[in-house]
Amino acid sequence: MIPLSQYLILAALIFAIGVVGIFLNRKNLIILLMSIELLLLAVNINFVAFSHYLSDTAGQIFVFFILTVAAAEAAIGLAILIVLFRSRSTINVEELDSLKG
Amino acid sequence: MNLVSLKTAMALPEIFLAAMASLILILGLFLKESSRDKACYWLSLFTLVATALLVLNGFSSNSVIAFNGLFISDPMGALLKIAVCLISTTVFTYTRQYNQDRDIFKSEYYVLGLFSVTGMMVMISASHLLSLYLGLELMSLCLYAMIAFYRDDKLAVESAMKYFVLGALASSILLYGMSLIYGLTGSLELSVISSTLSTIDQGNLALALAVVFVVVSLAFKLGVVPFHMWVPDVYQGAPTSTTAFMGSVPKIAAFAIIMRLLVGGLGELHDMWQQMLIILAILSVGIGNIIAIAQDNLKRMLAYSTISHMGFFLFGILSGAETGYSASLLYVIVYAAMSAASFGVILCLASEGNEFDKLSDLAGLSKRNPGLAFLLLVLMLSMSGIPPTAGFFAKLSVIQALVDAQLLWVAVTAVILAVIGAFYYLRIIKLAYFDDPVEGHSAPVTVRTDSKAALTVNVLLMVAILPWIGSLIDICNDVISNFGS
Amino acid sequence: MLENYLPILLFLAVGLGVGAIAISAGKVLAPNKPSEEKLSPYECGFEAFEDSRMKFDVRYYLVAILFIIFDLEIAFLFPWAIVLDEIGVFGFWAMMLFLGVLVVGFIYEWKKGALEWE
Repeated sequence: MIPLSQYLILAALIFAIGVVGIFLNRKNLIILLMSIELLLLAVNINFVAFSHYLSDTAGQIFVFFILTVAAAEAAIGLAILIVLFRSRSTINVEELDSLKG
Repeated sequence: MNLVSLKTAMALPEIFLAAMASLILILGLFLKESSRDKACYWLSLFTLVATALLVLNGFSSNSVIAFNGLFISDPMGALLKIAVCLISTTVFTYTRQYNQDRDIFKSEYYVLGLFSVTGMMVMISASHLLSLYLGLELMSLCLYAMIAFYRDDKLAVESAMKYFVLGALASSILLYGMSLIYGLTGSLELSVISSTLSTIDQGNLALALAVVFVVVSLAFKLGVVPFHMWVPDVYQGAPTSTTAFMGSVPKIAAFAIIMRLLVGGLGELHDMWQQMLIILAILSVGIGNIIAIAQDNLKRMLAYSTISHMGFFLFGILSGAETGYSASLLYVIVYAAMSAASFGVILCLASEGNEFDKLSDLAGLSKRNPGLAFLLLVLMLSMSGIPPTAGFFAKLSVIQALVDAQLLWVAVTAVILAVIGAFYYLRIIKLAYFDDPVEGHSAPVTVRTDSKAALTVNVLLMVAILPWIGSLIDICNDVISNFGS
Repeated sequence: MLENYLPILLFLAVGLGVGAIAISAGKVLAPNKPSEEKLSPYECGFEAFEDSRMKFDVRYYLVAILFIIFDLEIAFLFPWAIVLDEIGVFGFWAMMLFLGVLVVGFIYEWKKGALEWE
C-alpha cells in the first residue's frame, strides 16, 4: 500500500504546478486553460485518495462531477478564446492589457 | 427510493426555473425571428416572478433536508431566493433598451441569466459540498458567457477571459479546500462536517490549510482586497447590462455560500477565520474607498465601491453572532438593490454608441433629465449611508453588531472608512447638480417608460422602506435565528 | 510494496530497449551518405508548398467544444449501467431525465447549425 501522504504530496505538487502555470505564463492562453485543468485534476487525486482511505464512495462521485464541470468549463474557456482571437487575432497574454486604471 | 422520499417538492421553484429556462431556449429556436427575442424576454421575466411566488408559496418556518442531504429548505433560503428573483427581474427590465442598441437583445442572453439564477438558488439551498460547488459553477459559467455575449466589443471579450481564468482559479482553490475538509471529516454533508469538526484537534495543520483555502477562494469570488484585481476590469469591460446583473444578485448568493460553508460547516473554527476576515474586510473597505476616488470611469468607480461594500458586509459575518449575520443579511439585500439601481441609471442613460460610463458624462444631468438626476441623488445618499435611507440602516446594524461582539476598534475603523467613502458618492451628486453639461452632451435624455418605472420603484424603495425597516430587520433576525436549527 | 511495480518496470525497460535497439541498429548497419538533395524536405517530388505547421480551422474548435461536453456526460452512464438492476425503475427514469436535459442542448446546437461544417 502506498501511504495516503504520498498521494497528497503528489496532488499538492500538481496543484502548485498549475498555480505557477497561471501566474508565470505570459505567452499563450491555451496554456492557461491547461493549467486550470491541472488544478482540477490535482483536486481529483485528493478526493480519490481520501475516498479510498475512508472507504467512502462519496468522494469518487464528487470526482465525476468535477470532471464533467471541468469539461463544461473548458468548453466555455475555449469559446471565449475563439471570440477573443476573432476580435484581436492574438491569444498572447501580454497583449491583453486594454483594461487598466 | 422514490420521489416522495427524496422530497423533490422542496425544490419545486428550482425545478420550475430550470424547466422554464430549457423551454425558453427551445422556444427561441422555433419562434418567428421578428417576435422571438421579445417573447423570450417577457417569458423570462414571467418565469422569475413566478419562481419568487413559488418560493413564497412553499415557505415554512422549519428547515427540511431533501435529496438525501444535498438540499436544505429553510426560511433564510426562502428570503434570499425571493430577493434574488425579484432583483434579477428588475435588472432584466433595465437591460432591454441597452441590449437592443447593441444587438445583444437575444433569447439566449436571458436564458443564460435564468440558468445563472438557478445556480444561485441551488447554492442558496445547498447543504452538501457537492450541491454548493455545482450551484456555484452553474452561476459562474453563465456569467462568463453573459460577458462574452457582447462579442463585437474587444473590452467585453477581454474581461470575460480575465474573469474566466480567475474564476476558475478560485473554484479550484475552493475545491482543494473542500477535498481537505472531506479528508479530515470523512463527509461532504455540511451538518456532519460541523459536528465532526468539534471532535477534531483544532491545532491540526491540514485543518488550518483547509480554512485558508476556503477563505481565499471566497475572497476571490467576493472580490475583496487583496483578491480584488479582477473586479474593476470586469465591471468596466463587461456590457453594462451584464455588469448590472453580476454586480447585484450574485452578492446575495455569496452571502448564502458564506453562511452555509463558513458559518454552517466550519462554524467550529470561527476563531480561525475571524482573524482572516478582519484583515480582508478592513483592507477592502479602506483600499476600495480610497482608489474609487481616483477613478474617472463610472463603472470602474462602482466596482471599487463594490469592493468596499463587500468588505463592509464581511464585518457583520466576522462578528460571529446572530446579530451580525442578520445585519449582514440586511446589508447584502439592500446593497444588491442599490447596486442594481445604480447600474440601472447608467443603462437608462446609455444610448447607441455612447456607453455613458465617464464621470464627465454625468455633468449637468439635472438639466438634461431632472427625474433621473433625482433618483441618482437618492441612490448615492443611500450608497454612502446618509440617514434617511435604507443604506444608513444597513450600515448602522452592521456597526451595531461589531460593537456587540466587543470589536470596538474594528467598528471605529469601519465608521472612519465609510466617511472617506462618502466623498466620491457626493462628488457624483455635485457633478449632476452643480456642474454644467459638457459641450455636445447637453441634449435632454429620454428613457423608456418601463425601465423608468422599474427604476423609480427600485430607488424610491430605498427611502419608502423606512417606516417598515424595523419589520425588515425583524424578518432578518427571525430567519437567522432559525438557521442551523 | 514496490515489488508490485516490478512488471511495470520490466515493461518499461523492454519497451525502451526495443526502441533503442531498432534505432541504433539502423544507425550502425545502414550506409550513411547524406547529400543536400537527400536532406531537403520532400513532398511528392516537388519542393514543399507551405509550412507544415499550419493553423487549425476555427470550425474544428467548435466541433471540439461540442464534443468535450457530450463526451464527458457519458461518464455518468457507466456507473449507472452497472447498478441499474439495484436502483430499479426510479434510477432508470432519473437517468432518462438527465439525458432529456442533454437532448435539449443537442436540439439547440443542431438547430443553430453548429453541426454543419460548411
